[in-house]
Amino acid sequence: MPTHGQILPLVFDKVSYVAKGARLVDEFSVTLDPGTRTIILGPNGAGKSLILRLSHGLLQPTSGAIRWEGPGDGNRASLHQAMVFQRPMTLRRSVGANLDYVLSLRKVPRELRRAKTAAALKRAGLFAMRSRPARVLSAGEQQKLALGRAWVMEPEVLFLDEPTASLDPAATREVENMINAIHQAGTKIIMTTHDLGQARRLADDIIFMHQGRLIERAEAGEFFEHPRTPQAEAFLNGELLP
Amino acid sequence: MSEIWRALGKAMVLIADFDPDLVEIIGLSLRVSLTAVFIATVIGLPVGAAVALFRFPGRPVLVVLINALMGLPPVVVGLIVYLLLSRAGPFGVFNLLYTPTAMIIAQAILIGPIVAALTRQTVEDLWQEYGEQLTSFGVGPGRAVRTLLWDGRFSLLTGVLAGFGRASAEVGAVMIVGGNIDHLTRVMTTSITLETSKGNLEIALALGIILLIIALGINASAYAIRDVAYRAES
Repeated sequence: MPTHGQILPLVFDKVSYVAKGARLVDEFSVTLDPGTRTIILGPNGAGKSLILRLSHGLLQPTSGAIRWEGPGDGNRASLHQAMVFQRPMTLRRSVGANLDYVLSLRKVPRELRRAKTAAALKRAGLFAMRSRPARVLSAGEQQKLALGRAWVMEPEVLFLDEPTASLDPAATREVENMINAIHQAGTKIIMTTHDLGQARRLADDIIFMHQGRLIERAEAGEFFEHPRTPQAEAFLNGELLP
Repeated sequence: MSEIWRALGKAMVLIADFDPDLVEIIGLSLRVSLTAVFIATVIGLPVGAAVALFRFPGRPVLVVLINALMGLPPVVVGLIVYLLLSRAGPFGVFNLLYTPTAMIIAQAILIGPIVAALTRQTVEDLWQEYGEQLTSFGVGPGRAVRTLLWDGRFSLLTGVLAGFGRASAEVGAVMIVGGNIDHLTRVMTTSITLETSKGNLEIALALGIILLIIALGINASAYAIRDVAYRAES
């Protein structure tokens, strides 16, 4: 299994992403260091999810460069990352088999997989449901399963794309607790949200985007108390950005 | 009308007695169709999955071919296989014409496209849902195919059953390449044709009833599989 301290920091160097003639990410430059929970904040269509997909290698930039500048082998960077999506994808198998699947992908020996799966299910609060088909779980439980499945890979970086956007408050709280637990276990969190309350609860630092551009990068307390840009101030006041 | 009832009664007696001729014919039918389904599945699943997931030269041709072959009339398949296997044909040296093997080949060609087309649809739909997460996991092409086939197992099984239904019910292809030879290539559908034309209604009816029972069984299993899958996945 991967050890931490291999791939971070992640550097975006004037990254642009163009699709069908539209410039969806525009000259985006930022450095993401280990340790913190980074929240990418911004209105719908700001390009938040695209930044995650570009980081994770699901999309390739049209121009500019994305580099993992850690000491580890950059070509094997994908082994140290995991991503959880807004709509959880659960395999049509049992809850336990969903975790076993990713462990077998990472070539974890079978005897070890059982123990790791059981431990991960307990952490996710899903151990009692381990033999049930994953698809019968509630949306919140499926998202916890997706988080547990990401966690069992022990990633150095975990990307989360609006992980609670379709969940009720109780499930949102559980998912947020789990994100914090994963962070405390040493994983860098990079997450998008358009929910200001959630950003206040979770963020150590903020990347604020609008129309594909980086508008403001700040430590979380600083950002919420004293936003430096008019766009950020307007967003924090709940105004609609032009 | 009374003649039909009498024939039906005799048919029931034949079935209840496990008439050896009847058993032989049913046995050969099942052997031919099940083997054909097996071959069609072994080829159709990977071909369907590959067409769904990969972009390669010749892919559009393959898609059109699969869809066109799905609706092929059995007699046309029979004719083509006949020409290929006949003495003058390219595979004539194998002496396969009028053997169960020829019938298996014809039926496999008949249902392979059905299995491939259904696999393609199932795998494409699943990829819509799974694609990003599997890419995120770092799943390679071979593993992706296996994962999608396994997770689509319920839909795929109904497709395979539909293929078996078509194979066991068709008469045109097996008649042409098998020749309906007694104790050698006579199956249920070709017997029904022959016995009806000879006026032996009781044997034809007995076989017809069994064929109906098999068709009902297939549809009941397809329904049950869907039902189980629905409860397990919804």
